[in-house]
Amino acid sequence: MTSPLLELNHVSRTFMVKKQQIKAVDDVSFSLGTGEVLCLVGESGCGKTTTGKIIAGLLSPSSGKIFFKGNDISTLSKDQHNAYRLGVQMIHQDPYASLNPTQTIFEILATPLRYHKLVKTDKECRDRVLSLLELVDLTPPDDFVEKYPHQLSGGQRQRVSIARSLTVNPSFLVADEAVSMVDVSIRISLLRTLSHLKDELGLSVLFITHDLALAKYFAWDGRIGVMYLGRMVELSPAPFLVDHPQHPYTQVLLSAIPEADPDITRKKQSLQLRSMDVPSLLRLPSGCSFHPRCPRFAGQLCQEQIPSLTSFYDGSAVACHLVMDDRKKDVIKA
Amino acid sequence: MMLAQQETNLPPTISIKNLSIDYKAKRGQVQAVRNISFEVDRGEAMALIGESGSGKTTIGLGVVGLLPPTAKIRQGEIIYRRAADGKIVDEIDVLKLNPQQIRQFRWKECAMVFQGALNAFNPVLRISDQFADTASAHNALRGMALKERATEILHMVRLDADRVWRSYPHELSGGMRQRVLIALSLLLEPQLIIMDEPTTALDVLTQRNIMDVLKDLRKNLNFSLIFISHDLSLAAELADKVSTVYAGKIVELGDVYTVFRNPYHPYTIGLIHAVPTLAGRKEDLTSIPGSPPDLINMPTGCKFHPRCPLADDQCKTQEPDLEEIGKGHRVACWKWQTARETLKRFKAS
Repeated sequence: MTSPLLELNHVSRTFMVKKQQIKAVDDVSFSLGTGEVLCLVGESGCGKTTTGKIIAGLLSPSSGKIFFKGNDISTLSKDQHNAYRLGVQMIHQDPYASLNPTQTIFEILATPLRYHKLVKTDKECRDRVLSLLELVDLTPPDDFVEKYPHQLSGGQRQRVSIARSLTVNPSFLVADEAVSMVDVSIRISLLRTLSHLKDELGLSVLFITHDLALAKYFAWDGRIGVMYLGRMVELSPAPFLVDHPQHPYTQVLLSAIPEADPDITRKKQSLQLRSMDVPSLLRLPSGCSFHPRCPRFAGQLCQEQIPSLTSFYDGSAVACHLVMDDRKKDVIKA
Repeated sequence: MMLAQQETNLPPTISIKNLSIDYKAKRGQVQAVRNISFEVDRGEAMALIGESGSGKTTIGLGVVGLLPPTAKIRQGEIIYRRAADGKIVDEIDVLKLNPQQIRQFRWKECAMVFQGALNAFNPVLRISDQFADTASAHNALRGMALKERATEILHMVRLDADRVWRSYPHELSGGMRQRVLIALSLLLEPQLIIMDEPTTALDVLTQRNIMDVLKDLRKNLNFSLIFISHDLSLAAELADKVSTVYAGKIVELGDVYTVFRNPYHPYTIGLIHAVPTLAGRKEDLTSIPGSPPDLINMPTGCKFHPRCPLADDQCKTQEPDLEEIGKGHRVACWKWQTARETLKRFKAS
């Protein structure tokens, strides 16, 4: 077996808040192969963006190891580290803030090309910029090169932002809520472009979103990871996770989402949490951090022991004592 | 406060007729609301859905008289009717009110819950003072009576009244603030409440909680509701009627079940198919081509025609009016009769 493109091994990240340590990301492990998609979902503050930033090299993990193309990134030489940073590119949430308003689209895309010496002549540079614009469906590209960001719509700006991330030929994209600021009617076409690029260029994508329906759609052939208070609580193939949620948190989350169909949404039974309060990261509950709210709470074990993410033979992985107990026979022994 | 049987026969709480609102901008006139008419009946919830910049919020601001100075109401009429004991006791022509009168009208007759609850509060006042401020501006409740009423409505929105009453806005979570704001909107028992994106920017579980609160309130109190949202699922769950707004105009209006099951306007059809659902399959989704129109330099004819696969010469030159095609179902499209069929064929090919 070839080694995966990216592997996170028990990665944690702590921050100091009010002279106290908080764990934004706690013991997260997963790997992603070439051309694979993983959607990270969860509520605000669950650590999904921090995880994305760690992978993109914008933050370093407090503990744990990250392997990129089989190499531990903390031991890379300067050149290798640069290559890794170029290999993993990030698409940000807000296309109104992430593009320099004083530069034309051409300058925005040409700057990284020139800086990293990816093009030799001006002619080559222009050709590359035009082909990048075409790649993200901004056609005809000649109409866009001389424009400034403010002349473009939100969806078009986000396409420029995607094109910019592709200038340095990355093999891995981290898209942090990349379509949530874009109007509903153009989200799907943006996602299609992203999907298409993934297939065409063989990119791996970590897609961070709070919208499970969107995650199911985008990660159709990939996986969804659900995070809660810094930990991965469930990691399964996308349609499977949505159709057969196992972790009580995933179940509650899915039951709470309204559907854009009055017949379905009004019949939906939402599961009740035991408490509406989200625990503060400063005072995390003992044991399973979901236990004070969990509708399936089962006493001592949940309060005392942190459940670890356990893989099952059907390809799903869940961090819950009760699920583990229900499915003892299906557990893949490490 | 139960919805009395006799009240259902009363005229609507609010009737908006041919309302047009412009904004002055450097490049020219922004036609934010164009000739909109609709009514909201007693105890009814109307959802205005559409993309950002379609004019939804402007409609809401127009009703409560909070339009910015650059806005101009070009034409139209907004009639609000207060009912009591099964009959109409007051009829108000909102656009004819003077500034003093509109201040009284706002909140007492019609309250608006804004998006982003943090900005709606004064950060240096406790919640108790914010309630007192609102009450005293209308010479309404004070002292113990105010506290009693506030406790009652804070309970209705599932908040711990004792804790919230003494808090400052920053001490509350986003979901709690939104619920306090909803409670505050109910303080003077208005008969119309406008909610602008009441759950946007809130987490899934908080959003669920607020939706459940709203459903409870609607069951227990008798107010009419206009809510503005870009989120179709919210409309599907809470509304009785849905209006699709595109480029400042209502393009389809009808009962929520009718609109979702049998939409006729290509934009409504497109919107419904553009939103991924949990139950849906990947193939069910299609995107709407193009992007929303420039409200200053609007396309000729039907404003949706540059994005519409069905558009022909008539669509490019003449704008269709909202026409009644079924009981309470109105659509503004030249091709409504064949739209769904044709779009299906387009997708298949």
